[in-house]
Amino acid sequence: MTSGETDVSDTDRPEVAAAPKPSFELGTGPGRVLVWFYGVFTVAAASRTIVEMARGFDRAPLAYTLSAVAALVYGFITYSLVRGGEKARRAALVCCAAELLGVLVVGAWTLAEPTAFPDSTVWSDFGMGYLFIPVILPVTGMIWLRRAKTVAV
Amino acid sequence: MLDALTVAVAVTALALAAWCGHAAYRDQPTKDWHFIGMAVVSVLALAQLVVGVVQLARGERPEQGMAVFIAYLIGSFAAVPAAGFLSLTERTRWGSVTVAAGAVVLAVLEVRLYDIWGN
Repeated sequence: MTSGETDVSDTDRPEVAAAPKPSFELGTGPGRVLVWFYGVFTVAAASRTIVEMARGFDRAPLAYTLSAVAALVYGFITYSLVRGGEKARRAALVCCAAELLGVLVVGAWTLAEPTAFPDSTVWSDFGMGYLFIPVILPVTGMIWLRRAKTVAV
Repeated sequence: MLDALTVAVAVTALALAAWCGHAAYRDQPTKDWHFIGMAVVSVLALAQLVVGVVQLARGERPEQGMAVFIAYLIGSFAAVPAAGFLSLTERTRWGSVTVAAGAVVLAVLEVRLYDIWGN
């Protein structure tokens, strides 16, 4: 008789039934693609920092420090996306905003005062060396994180 | 030898990206055949890693530095398998998008590798 029953679709089912509210997933569906890109940029920024530091930190201290900061921000957002839950969502949202601000400030800074940067960072020239993905990524991230809230609540 | 492999990896990676992009467009997850495609690209990338290390051992040097070259070789090898694992646990069209994105990243890495090796 099981086959004859009409199933209630997921969208019709009331959500109240679930006892303890499960921490919702941020890293599935379209979020999976974001996890991939943030993961790639974590590795890219981190390895870039390591290579740059190994070559001599004094060559361009400001640029290398900014690369390290970028690596940390990317790493934290990747972790938050994988972890999921409201707290991680908020933290990731703040970091995405910081990331966007970082790209815009550093991007403008490198154009306005190139002498301050003997070597480039991930965020130089608004991320031109990385196909402008550093600008696109935080915007997409924030759209996804804001939408994830309305879906979950 | 290395340049030929670089071109081969880049071309197969772009083909994989198009294939998985098509699967995503048709709202399909990655299937067995896609994973075979990923394996082919990964084997080529592994061959490239081996050839690159052998050339370094022979005393040839990349134009833009050893550390960067090795980092890019390892990154190229890891890109597609990593995206493949993500798509294993994401059985929707978004898994296919992830692999397509991974293959595009690999193609970009190959262009950079070509510049780094120089000669």
